[in-house]
Amino acid sequence: MDLSAINPIILIAALISAATPILLAATGELVAERAGVLNLGVEGMMITGAVCGFIISVNTGSPAFGFVMAAVGGAMLSLLFAFLTQVALANQVASGLALTLFGLGISSLMGQNYVGIKPPRLEDVNFGPLSDIPVLGTILFSHNPIVYVGLLIVAAVWATLKFTRAGLVLRAVGENHDAAHALGYKVKRIRTLAIMFGGACAGMGGAYISLIRVPQWTEGMTAGVGWIALAIVVFASWKPWRVLLGAYLFGGITQLQLNLQGAGVAIPVEYLAMSPYIVTIVVLVILSADKSRAPGSLGRIFHASQ
Amino acid sequence: MTTPLLSLRGLTKAYPGVVANDDVSLEIGRGEIHALLGENGAGKSTLVKMIYGLVKPDSGNMQLNEAVFTPKDPRTARASGVGMVFQHFSLFDALTVAENIALGMEDAPAMSQLAARIREVSENYGLPLSPDRIVGDLSAGEQQRVEIIRCLLQDPKLLIMDEPTSVLTPQEVAVLFETLNKLRAEGTAILYISHKLEEIRTLCDTATILRLGKVVGTCVPADTTARDMAEMMVGTTLKTPKRSGSEPGEVVLKLDQLSLPPASAFGMPLREISLSLRKGEILGIGGVAGNGQDELLGSLSGETRASVGMIEYKSRDIADMGPNERRKIGLLSAPEERLGHAAAPDMSLVENAMLTGATREGLEKGGMLNWSAAGDFANRIIEAFDVRTPSAANAARSLSGGNLQKFVIGREVLQRPEVFVVNQPTWGVDASAAAAIRQALLDLAKSGAALIVISQDLDELMEISDRFAALNEGRLSQPRPAIGLTVEEIGLMLGGAHDLETAHV
Repeated sequence: MDLSAINPIILIAALISAATPILLAATGELVAERAGVLNLGVEGMMITGAVCGFIISVNTGSPAFGFVMAAVGGAMLSLLFAFLTQVALANQVASGLALTLFGLGISSLMGQNYVGIKPPRLEDVNFGPLSDIPVLGTILFSHNPIVYVGLLIVAAVWATLKFTRAGLVLRAVGENHDAAHALGYKVKRIRTLAIMFGGACAGMGGAYISLIRVPQWTEGMTAGVGWIALAIVVFASWKPWRVLLGAYLFGGITQLQLNLQGAGVAIPVEYLAMSPYIVTIVVLVILSADKSRAPGSLGRIFHASQ
Repeated sequence: MTTPLLSLRGLTKAYPGVVANDDVSLEIGRGEIHALLGENGAGKSTLVKMIYGLVKPDSGNMQLNEAVFTPKDPRTARASGVGMVFQHFSLFDALTVAENIALGMEDAPAMSQLAARIREVSENYGLPLSPDRIVGDLSAGEQQRVEIIRCLLQDPKLLIMDEPTSVLTPQEVAVLFETLNKLRAEGTAILYISHKLEEIRTLCDTATILRLGKVVGTCVPADTTARDMAEMMVGTTLKTPKRSGSEPGEVVLKLDQLSLPPASAFGMPLREISLSLRKGEILGIGGVAGNGQDELLGSLSGETRASVGMIEYKSRDIADMGPNERRKIGLLSAPEERLGHAAAPDMSLVENAMLTGATREGLEKGGMLNWSAAGDFANRIIEAFDVRTPSAANAARSLSGGNLQKFVIGREVLQRPEVFVVNQPTWGVDASAAAAIRQALLDLAKSGAALIVISQDLDELMEISDRFAALNEGRLSQPRPAIGLTVEEIGLMLGGAHDLETAHV
């Protein structure tokens, strides 16, 4: 066993990168849930984004455009969910599960001819001399643009929900859709937009896995990240900064346990592999012991006549 | 009165199977408090929803300030100076007072400015309210203030109030009336919907009465008796419930120092409640909501268990019996909340009849349910209590409040209880249905049952009870004969001046 092989600085830099897909997907889902929509199709939207981003990047040679189209792909798939739940008034849990299965299926179909191809690489942001700062340079200024986009989205979601009228209206719709309707707010329109935002974020998160983390296309490659994102939203009490904490914690322990495995620690691999799930959930459960609660209308069907 | 502020001409709105409003016309002047009266289902809600832009009329027109007024949604209505305070508050529990108010405004200022304006308006109109509090933590009266202030901040010319006093304590009602009178003096018109005729008589300048979607009359409430108004609403002469006047028999239910810890952080404990209830009598229990009414009913129905020795039914300790065992031996109860507590909203009336009637009506044998017998039982309730529903297969939720209340009460009464405990038997029920329910309770007592009627409606309690006691902070005053009690004495009892309690304090 050789723990000295683990470099904490590189570990932190790696966890930030590893956490980005979960962070993106969870932040998008947070917005949807704050609007009162429980979309269990995160996994399906992620894998669809992953394949869309992959195909577009390979064909155009532009990973940046690939990410844009991954967001569009995720949002398109989420529109199906929006149609089912907001127009056809179908049950959200069943529709979300169906969306995941559908996304897994359609992504396999779309990605058939792309297995084994290497996608173009997205260059890291060039911060010039900043990235030469010891420690901080590696941790903060050595990443690809999507990492920073993810952080910006978290900050923007937090500020929008807290300080803007649009955010207030969104929270109101999620809290009590009947009252929001009585005040004249367009519940379905607002929810559809929130669902699409969630889909776009999940799609980008998925593309991060296929274009940067792995990087190649294999069927079912999101491997449950979407479910972790869903769990993190709940245990983070629907608060953006706690989602960030949860995602980093999960990403961090995933990286750490991989390093520990590499270092040959005398703990069975299975225990190490399950550690990120356990630690993340335990920490967030402890945090969520305050009196915060789910949005009042979460998962409920809105029908204007009732 | 010069030109009216709002005039409605020939408004008609039909829903599949029912004409909610049929050729309704009325006029509201500036600075006038105009009452809109009618039974449940008479079309009051539909009418105000049209004025507030939530529903579009099929035909007819509205004029506001002599200009054609066709609000396409609540925002346009608000922009034209129409504000509305809802019966079921349109508030967001998890948000602060200021955030709630901002949501109801078109051009909400920044939060700090808004907070200052909220303070200013709340002081002007005598409605104390702090902008930073979370709405879910406020009392019903305070929550209503949030709605009123939300309307007032937009300088409404017309304020619509849908049953504003149904959830308020008498003190809160007094505060509300002062505010409304002040608004009237400033020229704001108010359209006031209420069941409570005495309130309308003290507050309102004119009244329009709706029945089955049509205007059936207008009157000046101050010059009209409550009885006449009620009869216009109902369309027939009202029967005043008749007392039995029979002699009470032996004691059937005895509470001895019943004490219970509060069920939740916001609950009220029950403190040393003692009473004995005789056959054939009605004990009325008054008091402002939240003083232990729900807890008392729960401990009598068996939902919460008291300690051994506290509840005795026919000389038998029943403290550790659950609701079904108590039903079996004749102790029945009907809780206050119709949807969710007394009835399962999404289940049919037959299923709801089965839920409490299974034991006593023999609807269940060896775990198998006899649905045809349950159907007969439900139909008996519907017939005996004039419950208006297309059929017994309809969901409880689809009935209007008054009709469901008649069903819920009828379901217990028809099971021939020996002791019947009921909380708020006529809450939100129109005059004729209320009279029918009260008569049923009186008839039940006459047939030898003992009743405990918990209510906030003092007139109701004075009308039907033989003895009266007040519940205050979880303590029950010494019951006194209801006949001859003066308003002052009742007020003292409600205020907690318990002549026998002083020894304990």
